[in-house]
Amino acid sequence: MNKAPHEPLFHVTKRDELSPVKAWTIRIVAILLSLVLCGIITACLTGENPFSVYGSIFDGAFGSERKIWITFQNLSILLIISLALTPAFKMQFWNIGGEGQALMGALGAAAVMICLGDKVSNGVLILLMILASVGLGALWGLIPALLKAKWNTNETLSTLMMNYIATQLVAYYVIVWEVPKGSGNIGIINPQTEAGWLPQVYNRYLLPIIVAIIITIFIYIYQNYTKHGYEIAVVGESRNTARYAGINVNKVIIRTMILSGALCGVAGLLLVGGINHTLTTTIAGGEGFTGVMVSWLAKFNPIAMIATSLLIVFMNRGAGQISTNFGLNQSFADILTGIILFFIIGCEFFIRYRISFRSSARKEEKA
Amino acid sequence: MSENAVSFKNVTKTFGELKAINNVSLDVKKGEILSLLGENGSGKTTLMNMLSGIYFPDAGHIFINGKEEVIRSPKDAFDLGIGMVHQHFKLIDVLTTTENIVLGLKGKLNLKEAEKKIMSIAEKYGFDIDPNKKVYDMSVSEKQTVEIVKVLFRGADILILDEPTAVLTPQETEKLFKVMRNMKKDGKSIIIITHKLNEVKEISDRVAILRKGEFIGMMITAESDEQQMTDMMVGHSVKLNIERKEPQDSKPRIEVKNLSVKDSQGVYKIKDVSFTAESGEVLGIAGISGCGQKELLEAIAGLEKIDSGDVLFTEDNGTKTSLKGKSPRAVSDLGISLSFVPEDRLGMGLVGNMSLVGNMMLRSYRKGASPFVDRKAPRKLAEKVVTDLDVMTPSVDTPVRRLSGGNVQKVLLGREIATKPKVLMTAYAVRGLDINSSYTIYDLINKEKESGTAVIFVGEDLDVLLQISDRILVLCDGEVSGIVDGRKADKNTVGLMMTKKGGENNE
Repeated sequence: MNKAPHEPLFHVTKRDELSPVKAWTIRIVAILLSLVLCGIITACLTGENPFSVYGSIFDGAFGSERKIWITFQNLSILLIISLALTPAFKMQFWNIGGEGQALMGALGAAAVMICLGDKVSNGVLILLMILASVGLGALWGLIPALLKAKWNTNETLSTLMMNYIATQLVAYYVIVWEVPKGSGNIGIINPQTEAGWLPQVYNRYLLPIIVAIIITIFIYIYQNYTKHGYEIAVVGESRNTARYAGINVNKVIIRTMILSGALCGVAGLLLVGGINHTLTTTIAGGEGFTGVMVSWLAKFNPIAMIATSLLIVFMNRGAGQISTNFGLNQSFADILTGIILFFIIGCEFFIRYRISFRSSARKEEKA
Repeated sequence: MSENAVSFKNVTKTFGELKAINNVSLDVKKGEILSLLGENGSGKTTLMNMLSGIYFPDAGHIFINGKEEVIRSPKDAFDLGIGMVHQHFKLIDVLTTTENIVLGLKGKLNLKEAEKKIMSIAEKYGFDIDPNKKVYDMSVSEKQTVEIVKVLFRGADILILDEPTAVLTPQETEKLFKVMRNMKKDGKSIIIITHKLNEVKEISDRVAILRKGEFIGMMITAESDEQQMTDMMVGHSVKLNIERKEPQDSKPRIEVKNLSVKDSQGVYKIKDVSFTAESGEVLGIAGISGCGQKELLEAIAGLEKIDSGDVLFTEDNGTKTSLKGKSPRAVSDLGISLSFVPEDRLGMGLVGNMSLVGNMMLRSYRKGASPFVDRKAPRKLAEKVVTDLDVMTPSVDTPVRRLSGGNVQKVLLGREIATKPKVLMTAYAVRGLDINSSYTIYDLINKEKESGTAVIFVGEDLDVLLQISDRILVLCDGEVSGIVDGRKADKNTVGLMMTKKGGENNE
C-alpha cells in the first residue's frame, strides 16, 4: 500500500435538520460568546472595565422609569415598521421601502394637522390624519407592487428609490410650511391648540405601545390563521405552485403591499401625531431599514420580533449612555451591536452545517 | 499495475443522521462496463459523486489504478482520468460543440486543433457529432454526445454515466450502447447508473447492487436475470406487472380540438393537437422530453395560455363546457373536478416548506366565506392519505420537502385523488421513484381508471406506457405523431413515431 496521501484538514458537510433545542443552544452560546468578545474588545480599546460598560448600557435603556418608557416607545415604532414589512418578506417581495412609506405617513399626518388644524374639530382632524397617513403609506407600497405586477420590475430597487422620493417630498413641504420663515424647520405643530395631537393614554408614551401590541397580534393572526396569510405563504414559496392552486399572484402582491405600506404609514402617524409633533426628513430615523433586519432576525415570526427589536433598541439606547459616561464615541455601541449581530447571523452557519476534522474521521474509521 | 481501475475500500459518507453510504467496498475492473443498480436513496449517485470529487468521504479509501488517491475536487478527478456525465447537462447554449468542449481548459486556445481531436475521438468510437453546431440547435441525445466527448477529450479513462438513457428514444439508446461498447474495447472503464433492468442486461458485464447505502452484492450479468436483480435490489420479492383491465363504459370526457400553444418567444410548443380522452381509460402520452407534454397538460389545466383551438369538458349528460382561457380557479368554480399531478412536484404541485396539512388545503383552502382557514378538515385528509397510501412521515406536521421522493408523490397524488376527480392528469408520475413506490402509483392510477376517471398519463418509460395505457398518443415536436392501441403497439414503432411524425408509415 502507498503512504497515506494528504487529506484536507477539515471539510464542511450539510446537517440534517437540527432539533429546536440544539439550534437554540447554539444561538444562545453564540450570543454569550459575542458578549465575551465585546468585553475583550472594550477592555483592550478603552481600558474600561467591560462590566461597567455593560452596566451603563443597561442603565441607559432601563435606568429609570422614564428611560424604560422611552425605550418601549422606541421599541414600539421599530416593531410596527418591522411587522409592516413582514408580510411582504414572507411573500418574498423585498420591501426595502419602509422608510419612505413611514415618511409618507408622517407627511400625511403633518399636512392634515397644518392645513386643517383650525378648521375642523379635533375628532374629525384625527380621523382625517389617520386616513391621510394610512392612505399615503399604502400608496407608497402600491406603486412598486403595480410596477412588479405589470412589468415585473425589481421591487428591491423600486421600493428603495421610493424612499428618496419620499424624503425629497418631505424636504419640500418642510420648506413650504417652515415656521418661522427661513428657519428651514417646521417646529412644533399647533403648539397652542394642540390640534391633531393624538390623545394621551395614561402618559405620553403608552399609545404607540398599545398600537404596537395590537398590530403584533393582528399580524400574527393574519399570517398564521387567515386565507390571505396562507396565500402569502404559498406565493412566497413558489409562484408556480400559487398559479397551480388558482391564486391570483398579482392580486396577492398588490394587496399585501398595500397592507405593508399602510402599516408603515401608521408608524409615521404615531411619530408625528403622538411623539414628535413635528415633521423632519429624518423623522423615521432609518427604522425602515433597521426593521428589515429585525424582521429577518426573527425569521418573520411576529412574536420573536419583539425580542429582536428589543435587542436593537436596547443597544441603541445604551449607546447614548456610554458615550456620556465614559466619553466614548456613540459609534462604540454600534461596534458592539455589529459584533452581536455578526454572531447571531453567523451561528446559523453552524446550525446548518457541520465541520468535520481530518483526525476525527480517521478515528471513527478505526473504531 | 492492478487490474482494477477503481477500488472503494470501506467508504462511508453521512449526511446528518443519514448514512448515505455505509462501509462500501467495491471494485471496477479495467475495460468493463459496470452497472450500478439500486433504488432511490440507495446511494448510487452519492458514491459516484465521491469518485468525481463533488463529495468528500467521511471515512475510507479510494484507489485509482491501484494507488490510493484523495479526490478533493472535480479537478482532482479529471487529473486522475475520471469523468462524469451528469443527468442534467452542463452546456452553454450559444456556444458550439467545440467551444463547449474546450471551455475551461488551460493553455492556448486552438479551435482548429481541438476540432481535429474531437473528430478523431468521434471516429474512434463512432460518435455522430458536428463540431460547429450550436448547442441550442441540438437534440437531447446530441447534447449528451457532446458531454461524453467532452469527458473523453480531457483524457478520461474512467467514465461515469448517470442515467444516460432516461432521456433517449430506444433508437438513440442503441446508438449510445454501441459507442459504449467501442469505448470498452479501447480499455476504458464505464460505470453506468440506470433503473432500467433490460438495459442493465444488455450493456453491462457486471452489476453492483446497493441498498440503503450498503453494498449488497456483485453479479455477473450473463449469469443472472431481471427478477433476481430486482429482488436483490429491493430486499424482498416484487411482482413486476401492471394490472390493466379493459375500460368499462367509456364516454368522451375531455376533447382537445386543434390546440396550439406558443411560448413567450412566439414559438409553437403545441401545434394543432386534437384528441379525446375518455372516462375509464388511461390515455398514455409518449414523446421525447420537452416536445410539448408539459405545455399540453398545463393548457388543459388552465395554466398555459391557449393560442388557438379549444378544450372541451363533457359532463355525463353530454353538456360540453369550454375550458379555454379559464384559470384553474375558474374551472373549479364551475364544479369541474380536474386533477393535475405536475412534473415539478415541489415547485408546482406542493409547497416544500409547508406541512402535509398545509399542502392538503392548497386546492381547497378557499372554501367558505370565513376569512380564516380551516385546518381541521385538511388535517383529517392528511391523516387519511398517510394511512391509505402508507406514506412514511414522522407526522402530518412535517414539511413535505423532508419526505422522500416516493412519499412526496403519494402526498400529491393522494390529495388530487381525494377530490374524486373526473379527469386525472399525471406528468412523469414515477420519475425518480423506486420500484416499490412506482408500482404503488401505477396501482392507484389503475384504481382511478376503474372508478371511471379519465386518466391522461404522460410517461417517459416506454415499457411502462405500453403496459398501463389503453391508448397511447405520441407527440413529436409539439404535434400529434399518431395514436396507437396500448395493447397492440410495440416499443420500436412508438420510438420511431417519437422522432418522426407518423413513424415508419410516412416513409
